[in-house]
Amino acid sequence: MKTNDVILQTTANIVFFIIFLFSIHIFFAGHYAPGGGFVGGLLTSSAIVLLLLAYDLKTISTALPINYVVMTAIGLLIAITTAAASIMFNMPFFTHAYDYYDLPLLGKQSLHSAMAFDLGVYLVVVGVTMTIIQTIGADD
Amino acid sequence: MMIFFWISLVIISLAIAAFIYRVIVGPTIPDRVVALDTIGVALICMIGLISILADTSFYLDIILLLAILAFIGTVAFSKFLEKGVIIERDRNSKE
Repeated sequence: MKTNDVILQTTANIVFFIIFLFSIHIFFAGHYAPGGGFVGGLLTSSAIVLLLLAYDLKTISTALPINYVVMTAIGLLIAITTAAASIMFNMPFFTHAYDYYDLPLLGKQSLHSAMAFDLGVYLVVVGVTMTIIQTIGADD
Repeated sequence: MMIFFWISLVIISLAIAAFIYRVIVGPTIPDRVVALDTIGVALICMIGLISILADTSFYLDIILLLAILAFIGTVAFSKFLEKGVIIERDRNSKE
């Protein structure tokens, strides 16, 4: 029997973007407020899980053609590159640096290299969570 | 003024105790799912009151997060009760 999930699908289409924007906010606010790469990654993967609940595995892998294993590898690569970059400047491993820059539209902002490490954590968390859920979901 | 928030916290805790009674006793599974969803909403109210009492705004992110998680959990539970699967592989193909 084919059921019609129009309420769930319409709600999921709107709520997905709200959760995704909230996860981006949590990710960028991690330096001065609670949050960071881990919670942001979990929220992003829960947004994708909501889409998986409303639609099915095949539709979502067509709409978001992301290989999550590769995403995990890219996240680990970003993290190890950020940690190893300080060796080039004769500093110990994992030394971070920051400075203030005048960005267009945003004004004077402090850019910290811990942000790039957090981006690696974010990509690894999204990749691992979605790999686990998709592998279990595709199992028969 | 603070005593008002403490009284509200006690009332919400009593409501959560009543929901827990429904989770344990509830004759059918949908009763328990609705009770768990309502416990999530009551927890959101409690966190709001506690953030007023602790005089901090850092708990407000947690309120939104808990609302999202309660929603997704309830949707997953109801989809499992309705269809038997949580994540379908291909909803257009005839089984």
